Amino acid sequence: MMAENAPDPRAPGIHPTNADSNISQADAFLTDSLRKAPGPYFGSYGGRWMPESLIATLDEVEDTFRAAKQDPEFIAQVAELNRNYTGRPSLLTEAKRFSRHAGGVRIFLKREDLNHTGSHKINNVLGQALLAKRMGKTRIIAETGAGQHGVASATAAALLGLECVVYMGAEDCRRQSLNVARMQLLGATVIPVTNGSQTLKDAINEALRDWVANVRTTHYLLGTAAGAHPFPAMVRYFHEVIGDEAREQILAQTGRLPDAVCACMGGGSNAIGFFHGFLDDPTVRLYGFEAGGEGIETGSHAATITLGRPGVLHGARTYVMQDEDGQTIESRSISAGLDYPGIGPEHSYLHDIGRAMYEPITDGEAMSAFALLCRTEGIIPAIESAHALAGAIKVGHRLADLGGDPAERIVIVNLSGRGDKDVQTAAEWFGMLDDRGQIKGTTLSTRRPNSHDAGAMEEGKA
Amino acid sequence: MSETQSPVTGGDGAAQTVSRVAAAIDRAKADGRAALVGYLPAGYPTMETSVEAAIELARNGADIIEIGIPYSDPVMDGSTIQAATAEALANGFHVADVFDVVKAVTEATEAVVLVMTYWNPVMRMGVDEFARRLAEAGGVGLITPDLIPDEAAEWLEASDKYGLDRVFLVAPSTSPARMAMTVAATRGFTYAVSLMGVTGARQTVDESARRVVTGARDAGAECVCVGLGVSNAEHVREIAAYADGVIVGTAIVSALRQGGPTAVGRLAAQLRGGLAPLAG
Repeated sequence: MMAENAPDPRAPGIHPTNADSNISQADAFLTDSLRKAPGPYFGSYGGRWMPESLIATLDEVEDTFRAAKQDPEFIAQVAELNRNYTGRPSLLTEAKRFSRHAGGVRIFLKREDLNHTGSHKINNVLGQALLAKRMGKTRIIAETGAGQHGVASATAAALLGLECVVYMGAEDCRRQSLNVARMQLLGATVIPVTNGSQTLKDAINEALRDWVANVRTTHYLLGTAAGAHPFPAMVRYFHEVIGDEAREQILAQTGRLPDAVCACMGGGSNAIGFFHGFLDDPTVRLYGFEAGGEGIETGSHAATITLGRPGVLHGARTYVMQDEDGQTIESRSISAGLDYPGIGPEHSYLHDIGRAMYEPITDGEAMSAFALLCRTEGIIPAIESAHALAGAIKVGHRLADLGGDPAERIVIVNLSGRGDKDVQTAAEWFGMLDDRGQIKGTTLSTRRPNSHDAGAMEEGKA
Repeated sequence: MSETQSPVTGGDGAAQTVSRVAAAIDRAKADGRAALVGYLPAGYPTMETSVEAAIELARNGADIIEIGIPYSDPVMDGSTIQAATAEALANGFHVADVFDVVKAVTEATEAVVLVMTYWNPVMRMGVDEFARRLAEAGGVGLITPDLIPDEAAEWLEASDKYGLDRVFLVAPSTSPARMAMTVAATRGFTYAVSLMGVTGARQTVDESARRVVTGARDAGAECVCVGLGVSNAEHVREIAAYADGVIVGTAIVSALRQGGPTAVGRLAAQLRGGLAPLAG
C-alpha cells in the first residue's frame, strides 16, 4: 500500500494552500508517511465549510497552534501537565483472562481510563486550554454528549483560570445528570440545548452560534478530531501521545509491534491519536469500531462510515449520516459518547485509501464485552471503549483463524475511558433495577430516612 | 420570466453572465433608492402559505426575494428562523420543493428570486444538478452562508455554466485580503454581515455594518447589501444611506408566524417606506 524510501518532505509548521496540501497528500503516498498530515485536507476530506465570520478566528487558532508546536516552552508545559496532572504515561496492561475469549491472542489495554477525569479527553482539553491562554482568551466554550468532554473542559478551565460554558443537549442532560453536577462543581455553566434533537450535534450548533458572537474573548474547545481546519489536525496532535506511548510500551513489553490495534469511533479523537502511532507501520492493522446501535439494518445506530456518505457537517467534508435531501439523520447509540452522525475527516480518508478498517458493533455486543472485562480483568470500561473491546474479540478470532500459535498474535485496545459514568445504563441493561428504578437490594433498610445523618450532623457540630 | 433569462454559454460564460440581481439593484438605484431584499423559508408553515407570503413580500416592495432551504443544522440562524425551518421540515418539506416555490414566485411577481442555503443539501443533490434545476425554475442564484469561495470550486463552475449569481458573505472579522478574494468571487451583490452573530432581530444596527460596507467597496464591490439584525423601517433607512440594499429576514418570518401572508405584505410596505426617496 505504501511505497518505500525517500524522506518525509514536510517540515513541521508548513501552512499549505489547498494546492500545496494536495501535493503533500500525494507526497505522503510517494514517501511512505501518513503521519502528521497537517490539514486542511486529508485527501478530499476536511477543509473549512464554515461561515466567513469564523474564518479569521480559525486562522488565529491555526497560527497560534502552529507557533506553539515549535515552542519548546509550550511543549514542556504540555509534557509537565501530562505527567504531573493527568498521570501520563498511562499504563499498558495485558488482559490475560480476557484474551482467552478472543481466540487466545494476546490482548493489551492502553489505559486512558486511568487519566485524570477518567478518559482520553483530558489530553486535548489541556492543550487547547493552554492555546486559549496564549491567544489571550478568557472564556472557553465546549459541547458535550455524555458529559466527559464537558467535565474535562471544566477541569482545564478551573486549572487554568478560564471561564467555562458547556452546551449539552437537554436530552443528554437528563441522561447524564451526574455529569451536569460534576461540571457545575468544577465551576462551569451548563446550558441545556432544547432545539433540534437535543443531543450532541445540536450542542455543537449552539456552541458555534455562541462562538461567532463572542470570538473576541472566547475559544471554542471542540472535543473531537472533527470540524473545520485546524481542529482535526490539532485535536489529533494532542492525542498522538496515546499512540506514541502505546508503540513504545508494546515494544518494551513484547519486543515487537502488534498485529492489530482497536479503538472506538464517535467523532474519532481517541482513535486518530492512537492510530497515529502505528500509521507508518504497514504490518499493523488499524480497526475503528463504530456504534452499530440496535443493528445497522434497523436504522437506529451511529455507524457513520459504514452507512454514511460524504457531505459537509460542522465545518468539514467527511462521511455524514444524512438522508436523500442532505438533512442530517439523528444517530443513536447506547453510548452517548459515540452518538454523533459525523466523523473526523482524517478517518474518512484512511477509510477510502484502505489504511484503516471501520466496522459497526451493536449495543448488545458492546455490553457483552463490557461485562466480560469487568469479570475477567476487574476493570469497568466506558461503554464507548466496550465497543473497541467487542471489536477486539472479533479481530482476535480472525487472527487466530489465520493459523499458527494465537499466543504469538498481539492486539492493543485503546481503553479510552472508565465506566463509572455508565453504571446506571449498565444496571438498566443487565436488569439490576427494581420496578422503582432503584438498584435491587438497596432499599431494604428499616431505619428511618435521614435520622442517622441528621444525628451525625448534630454530633459533628457539637 | 423567459425574457430575463441569462445567456447560458455552456461553461465558459463567466464573462458573459449578466447578473440579474445586480440589474434589480440598478433598477432600484434608478428610482433613487436602495433595494429591499426579503427572506422567507420555503415550506413554512406550509408550501402554499410560503408561496403566498413570498408573493405578498414582492408585491409590497421587495425587489429581491431570498427563499431559504430548511436544514437540520442551521448554525448561522437564531431561534426565530430555526423554529420556522424546523417546522417546515416537520411538515414534510423536501429540498426539491424549493424549485416549486422559486417558480411560483418568479411567475407571479416582478421580483428576482435567490435561494439561500446551507451547503450540504446542494452537495447531496449534486452541485451541477441543483444549479440546473434552479435555473430552470427561474431562480437567479444562491446565497451560501456556510460556503466560502475557498471551498466553492464546483459552485463557481456550475454558476458560470447556468448563468447564476453567487452571493458570498463578508463579516466584520473579514481581513482585507479575504475581502478582496470574496468580492472577486461574488456575482450579484456582496452580502455584508452587520455584526458578529447569528440571524435575529436587534434593537439597533451594529456600528460595524458601515465598516464592512466600506471594506467591501474598497475591495472593488459594486453592489453591497447589509443583513443580520435589520428589523424595522428605521434600520432600513439608516443602512440605505450607505449600502445598495437592505436585507430583512427574522422580522419577516415573525410577521408570517403572527399574522400570515397579509402581515408579511404590511411589513414589506413599511420597510419599503424606509427606502422611499426623501421627497416621497
